[in-house]
Parts: sequence; structure tokens; C-alpha cells
Amino acid sequence: MSTSHPLPAAALDRAGAADTRRALRKKPFDWALTMRTIAAWAITLLIVFPNIFLVMTAFKTELQAIHVPTLWVFTPTLENFHEVQERSNYLLFAQNSIITSVGSTLLGLAIAAPAAYSMAFFRTKRTRDILMWMLSTKMMPAVGALVPVYVLAQKSALLDTTTGLIIVFTLSNLPIMVWMLYSHFKDIPHEILEAARMDGAGVWGEFRHVLVPLGMGGLASTGLLCLVLSWNEAFWSLNLSAANAGTLAALIASYSSPEGLFWAKLSAASLLAIAPIVVFGWFSQKQLVQGLTFGAVK
Amino acid sequence: MSATAERRQASRLLTRLLMAPAIGTLFLWMIVPLGMTIYFSLIRYNLMQPGNEEFLGLANYEFFITDPSFGTAVLNTLLLIGSVIVITVVGGIALALLINDPFPGRGVVRMLLISPFFVMPTVNALMWKHMMMNPIYGVFAQIAEFVGAQPIDFMADWPLLAVILMVAWQWLPFACLIFITALASMNREQLEAARMDGASYFQQLRHMYLPHLGRSIAVVIMIEMIFLLSVFAEIFTTTGGGPGDASTNVAFLIFKQALLNFDAGVASAGALFAVVLANIVAAFLIRMIGKNLD
Repeated sequence: MSTSHPLPAAALDRAGAADTRRALRKKPFDWALTMRTIAAWAITLLIVFPNIFLVMTAFKTELQAIHVPTLWVFTPTLENFHEVQERSNYLLFAQNSIITSVGSTLLGLAIAAPAAYSMAFFRTKRTRDILMWMLSTKMMPAVGALVPVYVLAQKSALLDTTTGLIIVFTLSNLPIMVWMLYSHFKDIPHEILEAARMDGAGVWGEFRHVLVPLGMGGLASTGLLCLVLSWNEAFWSLNLSAANAGTLAALIASYSSPEGLFWAKLSAASLLAIAPIVVFGWFSQKQLVQGLTFGAVK
Repeated sequence: MSATAERRQASRLLTRLLMAPAIGTLFLWMIVPLGMTIYFSLIRYNLMQPGNEEFLGLANYEFFITDPSFGTAVLNTLLLIGSVIVITVVGGIALALLINDPFPGRGVVRMLLISPFFVMPTVNALMWKHMMMNPIYGVFAQIAEFVGAQPIDFMADWPLLAVILMVAWQWLPFACLIFITALASMNREQLEAARMDGASYFQQLRHMYLPHLGRSIAVVIMIEMIFLLSVFAEIFTTTGGGPGDASTNVAFLIFKQALLNFDAGVASAGALFAVVLANIVAAFLIRMIGKNLD
């Protein structure tokens, strides 16, 4: 790189991020860095504060939970978690959440991947219009389709079943999935596919040996997003499911009834509902965010 | 026919075959509910009194539009979308610039920051309603007491603001992380050169950072609009649209008509308004972003 630049640029090149850091470390005390660190941590803790509070409350007794001023030191109890399971069969709801989110992710990928592949590699004049149309179906608020979908689900005996939820989740995530996969696939250089074709690879061979390995990142981040969206989906699960197929998002909503304060139990139930996906999200964060830029950021 | 032409034709067929499931299901998903909604919107249709259907013409539409809640709901929807987008884009950029350069614990900060995005809307809403905003026991009330101010009863006095805060809290980290990803791809040499030439921070922001972030701002606005048009769970679990209609958006108003008043006819007429509203937003978005994303 430095060969194509005049001398000053080459000098700048050396002052890359790592060098800057090293240079900074040599100084005895860096006020700017200190202030930046404190500000960043303070804001981050402020943003995450409600979550920290939730976790704390989950391990308090009900009386400790509503104590004013807030208790920061207390003896943790697991009592709430027992009660959550007893009161509402948490495990059944968790199972429904797993079935519906994994089911709709797999089904969605199976439908979206072929479409995205053909759009990315056999682009026509209409490809963009099709993509825009797909996205526009997602713009329509779910509530616009509530009555018909409710009636259809009722008539086909899919109301309050996990199958019904899987179908609806898949359909509502499909436009985003196709779009995300498309923006990944279109970055795979066509030359690689041409080369594979020259070497006599059939459609299947091309798919198996070139597309799957190269598209894995895209499939992973799309799948991750779909998993998160389905796990947290609340509109359809609130309206189309009840005691049998209810997901965790719907279970938590049942705690919104105003009678009495039961922060500790609410917190315990909430913690159990969000912990799996938050931890899962932490590990896949980079992959997920990269995918969500829709190829607009390289 | 030559082998290549044959092959091309085969691949064209294959292309259509591969797209068919996605296009087919999405088309059905769009057209069947839409057709049914149009039909329901023209008849008297109460979910509790089946068998009483009769043709009404445009009466349902008239009822929905002249309902005083309608204007409030449209206004609330726009206010909600607008404020959340402004808060998350401005806040997200500021935060991204703050943690763009290395500092101790940057990796952990990034990981913690994304957490709110993974919290399901119902948990988000109840957590804020009870633990943060409760006028007696909530954290905000305690802070108000501490500084000697009157605690605010968010759910009663500022319900829409409460919903905006919850939703913005959920989407701020998302926006911020997208911007961080974008900043990571900035040309450091150019930036250093600008600094050496004595560009002030404001000048760097105006001429270097913001132009570079253009496309990711478009992406953030697009994704947020898609999801914010149908904010529902936060309202459902906290304010129930109230008090009165103070925090009712279009989505919630239709829900109220359909499943609380069981009036599927009026709800369907409302749904068609939501579709029109969504299309206006979509047209605006496509013009703005369409060329940006190719």
C-alpha cells in the first residue's frame, strides 16, 4: 500500500491503531483516554441498568423487591424460580418457544435460501422489484392481517398450536431473510461459480462445494436473526396462542395484570425467558450485526 | 439448439423454480388476508355474533375514521416512529463515536450494549413499567424523591413518552452497533491526514464521519421503520393504549376493535388504513433507500 503513496502517507500508515495505542501508553497519564473510558462505561452501565436491576430483583423476596430505597445487598433466594414453574408451567412455555423459533428458522431458511440464491446469481431486471415487493409485505403491520389470519387459523384448527405459530413466524420473517441472504450471496464473486462450472460441476456440485461453504456466514447470521425475532415475537403469539402453544413472550404478558405487586416473581420469570436468547446473542453478536447491515457496510 | 443456449434455458427454469416457494408463499400471505380484509370491511361482522353478516358498504370505514380515536392513533404512530428514530440515530452515532477508539474493556462494553436488543418486548415493557417507572417504588421515583422533586406517574401522565422510552431503549444498542461496524471500515489514513491539517472535531464529523455513515443510517432507519410501524406488545402490556387513547397507535386501535370489541368489520376497515399508511411510508423509504442498497 505504501508504495502507491507519497512519503507522508506512508508515515501516516505506520501510525495505525495499534501504534496509536502504544504511543498513548507511553505517556504518564492520558486524560482524554481516561475520560473516554469513564464516559463509555458509565453510559453502558446506565443502558444495561434495567437488566441488572431485573436480575437482582429475581433473587429477592417480594418484600425486599419493593423495599424503598432499593436494597443493594441482600441474601439471594431461589424461591421465585420454584414458584414461577409451579404457577404457570414455565417448562411447557419454554419448550413452545424453542419449537417455534427453531422450526420457523429452519423452514424460513429452506424457503429463503433458494430464492436468494437465484436472485443473486441470475439477476434480471425484475430482481430489484421483487425484493422491494417482498420488503413491502413486511411493512404492513401484522395487525392489518390479524382478523383474517385469526379466522383462517380457527377454521383450519391451527389456533393455539405450535404448527400455526411456526407458519406465521416464518411468513413474517421471510422478507427480511430473503433480503439478508441476497445481500450476502451477491457478494460472492461470480467468477468462482464460473470456474466451478468450467470444471464440470453440476448445479448440485456448485451448491454443495462452492455456495454452502462461501454462504455459510450469511446463512448463519440470517438464521441467528430469525431465531432472535421468533423467540421474542409477541404479537402473533399473544393473539394466536393460549394455554397449549403459548410462548415465553406470551407467558410474561400474563404477568401484566395489575392486581398486586409481584416484582420478584415477574423478574424471575422474565430472567428465565430472556436469559437463553441474550446469552446466545452475546456469542453471536458480531455475526448478527454484520448481517444486519444488509451489505451496506463492508 | 446449442449446448450453452440449452443450458441457459435450463438455468432460467431452475431460477424460477427456486424462487417459486418464497414468492408463492409471500404472495398468498399478502393477498389472502388482504382479500378477506377487504371483504370483511364491507360487511357487518361481529366475532361474537356469527351468522349476522350483512352488506354495509362503506359504513365501517366511516365509523373508523370518524372515531375520535383515529386521528390520535395516527398522530401517536407517527410520533412514536419519529421520536424513536431520532433518539436512536443521534444517540447511536454519539455512542458509536465514543466507543469507536480503543479503551480498556471495549469488548465487554460492546457485548453488554447489545443486550437490550435481545430482550423480548413484553419483558422490556413490564420491567420499565414496574421497576423503573412505578411512581412509588420505581427507580425514577426514588431518584425524584432523592433530589426532592415530585415523582412522575408515567403510565398516567406521560404514557406515550413511556412507550417511546422503552422502545428507544430497545433499539438504541442496535443502531449503535451498526454504526460501530460502519466506523470500523473508515479510512484511518484520511482521518489522520485531516487531523494533521488541523480539522476541528466538528469539521471531521461533518465532512468525514457523517458522510461515511450515510448508508448505515439509511439501513437503520429502514429496519426500525419496518418494526416500529407495528409496535404492539409494549403498549399491550403496559398502558393498554390509555389512559383514554393517549398511547394508542394504529396497530393497537385495530386490535381493540377486533379482539376487545369483537367488531371484525370495523377492525378490517382500520386495517386497510394501516395498509395505506404503511404503503406511504414504504414508498418514501424505497425512494430514499432503494438506490442506496444495490
